[in-house]
Amino acid sequence: MPSSRPSKETAGLILPGVLFRRALGSDYFVLGLCVIYALAVGPFTPGFFTPENAANLLSTALPLLLVALGQMIVLITGGIDLSVTSIIGLCSVTGAMVMNPESGGLGGDMLTVPAGCIAMLLVGMLVGTANGFAVARCRMPPFIVTLATMMGVGGFAVWLTQSKAINQLPPAFNALGGHTGIALAITALAAGCVQVMLNRSVFGRWLYATGHNPRTAHISGVPVGGVLIAAYACSGMLAALASVFYTGQAETGSPVLGQRILLDVIGAVVIGGTSLSGGRGKVLWTIFGVLFLKLIDNTLNLLSLSIFTLTIVKGAVILLAAVLDAWRIRVAGHPA
Amino acid sequence: MNTISAIEFSGISKSFAGVPVLRGISFKLGAGRTLGLVGENGAGKSTLMNILGGNLLPDTGGMVLGGTPYTPQDPTDAARAGVAFIHQELNLFANLSIAENLFLAALPRMGSMPWIDRRALHDRTATLLGQVGLAIAPETLVEQLSAGERQLVEIARALALEARLIILDEPTTSLSVRETETLFSLLRRLQARGIALIYISHLLEHVRQLCHDLVVLRDGEVVAQGPIEAYDTPAIISAMVGRSLTRLYPERRGASTTVPLLEVRSLTQLHIVRDISFTVHRGEVLGIFGLMGAGRSELARILFGLDSAQYGEVRMREKVINRREGPRERMERGLAFLTEDRRHEGLCLEASIADNLALVSLREHARTPLRLLDRNTWQQAISTIRAAVRLTAKVSDAQSVQTLSGGNQQKVILGKWLLAKPEVLILDEPTRGVDVGARFELYQLILDLADRGAGVLMISSEIEELTGLCDRILVMSQGEIRGNFPRTEFSRERLLVAALPREAHA
Repeated sequence: MPSSRPSKETAGLILPGVLFRRALGSDYFVLGLCVIYALAVGPFTPGFFTPENAANLLSTALPLLLVALGQMIVLITGGIDLSVTSIIGLCSVTGAMVMNPESGGLGGDMLTVPAGCIAMLLVGMLVGTANGFAVARCRMPPFIVTLATMMGVGGFAVWLTQSKAINQLPPAFNALGGHTGIALAITALAAGCVQVMLNRSVFGRWLYATGHNPRTAHISGVPVGGVLIAAYACSGMLAALASVFYTGQAETGSPVLGQRILLDVIGAVVIGGTSLSGGRGKVLWTIFGVLFLKLIDNTLNLLSLSIFTLTIVKGAVILLAAVLDAWRIRVAGHPA
Repeated sequence: MNTISAIEFSGISKSFAGVPVLRGISFKLGAGRTLGLVGENGAGKSTLMNILGGNLLPDTGGMVLGGTPYTPQDPTDAARAGVAFIHQELNLFANLSIAENLFLAALPRMGSMPWIDRRALHDRTATLLGQVGLAIAPETLVEQLSAGERQLVEIARALALEARLIILDEPTTSLSVRETETLFSLLRRLQARGIALIYISHLLEHVRQLCHDLVVLRDGEVVAQGPIEAYDTPAIISAMVGRSLTRLYPERRGASTTVPLLEVRSLTQLHIVRDISFTVHRGEVLGIFGLMGAGRSELARILFGLDSAQYGEVRMREKVINRREGPRERMERGLAFLTEDRRHEGLCLEASIADNLALVSLREHARTPLRLLDRNTWQQAISTIRAAVRLTAKVSDAQSVQTLSGGNQQKVILGKWLLAKPEVLILDEPTRGVDVGARFELYQLILDLADRGAGVLMISSEIEELTGLCDRILVMSQGEIRGNFPRTEFSRERLLVAALPREAHA
């Protein structure tokens, strides 16, 4: 018979195929990539396996993770939030203005630092809510809405400061924001909250349903508009929280803080496995995605490659992640 | 009969990941004859037709097409050999014109230049459209066509490829009665031209009208074959399901009461529905019959708050529903709505069975203080409802619903709404594309709900289904209610007459 041949060929491919499929589908796939990458590149990178480098890696990864968690929430709904970097800038400026002894007027009051932090979080939430409102109620495409916000808010932050950085922040704030231990604790808490929210709350399940199919969700009684607004508000607030740490680390309020991390944020979330088309995403994936991206950043920095090379390599990695994502979806779409 | 068959399958087998889907399929179809291929969902019809259409390779076995061995490696091979496959979900580009769709693979050129010969394209398309009886300009965009017209364009495309064998998979699911008639008369003309057809459908009535031969598949095997005259409908059904279904419709245990649940008064939306008034009572199964475009689905959407109405009043358990209330508020009043478009409006296709089932009733499992979901009660509810709707046991809760058959998908949606314990369930074409065995189970679930005291409003295009299940049937036409038939007055003719559109009023 002419067609008995293919079955023999496939028989030999079944075992590695299944293993590969399992690896692709595993939650720890990207963690595995991280380990392989670290083991492969680490020995050739001077100063990679040192405690200082680990601390450095952690201190830059934590705020990125906060922003990425917010981005993930928005991606799960099937949207995208391009405005996060501008929110970081605006929050940084707002916080600095509140806390600066000249502009803030709170002087050396004990409440200066809490007031500054609260102001930052409020601004982040407000911008996020505005994004969500435009997406949900005015039914505008998220890409355009948040692109406009990115430019508008970014410009506004620069205008506020007349493109000067604001120094002279309270030492207590710099100590708080710049302290990796505190950052670790707060980021872990935030990640835990997001995890519980996604998996154990009604809102979390609504979020996924909205991302999978907003029409079905609406007919099933999910308040789709409210869910979208809340998702963008979460993203804004998490970006604001990240801004606290970025600002503290820099000891300056700057409108261009975090201006270059937009690709890192979206790249990390997508590398982790969260789908750009909505409905899929996990906290664990995003943690590994951030770790992977930061590892690449860190090793390339240590190898003292130019910023251009760094960008090229990162771009290639994000592309690779997109290919893997497409594969994963195909594998998921064809269960045995 | 001609000695050369149009197509002959011998010993076709196919497995996916070790699970056999087809086991030694052998049958042949004479030239110019039409074969009805029937079987429950999952019986292997699609796999077999995908092998014939070049989308899949068989593990073993071979095919002979018109006397020559036929081993298509891909759909292009199949098209070249004269096999055209018209899928249930049509494969037309809505943003292109009819002509471009027909000749996309080989657009006529101006000599050897890279420009399209518009005139030749127009003329050839016009000829083909004439053959399928479609009087529409070849330049018309496909998105402007109705479902029936698109179906005819698909057939014109098969003719453009000079197909000798055309496979039609459930071609009538989205067609109106009139469009179906047009399609059938075209198919009869194709039969007369000697083109062999393979016709897949759950509607045995259509198979009987159109086909010469019958093949019944069950669990990947041919369980019955021969001339269609040799089988009556009960015989076909028992071959399909592997047992004899003594009844097509389950027995009703309860009865309709006179307690009103859902009251609709003078509901009107310009050009959509006009002066609609009726009442669904506790324990009643109220059917709405009508032809496509009669305004039935539109009425259901208005009742569930998805579309708006200009005038009229809707009451639920004697309380007036505010016109602005959306699905969420109406759900809280005890309404539930199973839409006709299960893929786009009923399910989150990529989400798991568990998530789909729980979607409507999530808040019942939220526990204070943090309103977190109680996984135990959630899991319990899902297990209970899975058993209640008799969802296939072969799949786990975590599997995505897109892997399920149509009947099982519909059970998931029904289960989802049953978990919300609705007082009035609105069903829009609940059994479309669902096989005979699963239908019976869906009917049983619907009647059980009514027996427990809920009201059911069931929209359907199938008269048999409505007369088999309903206590009362309303007939809609041109956006109005044109008839109200209690069970004692059910008659196919009277329902149809009431459903036919009248001449325009002055």
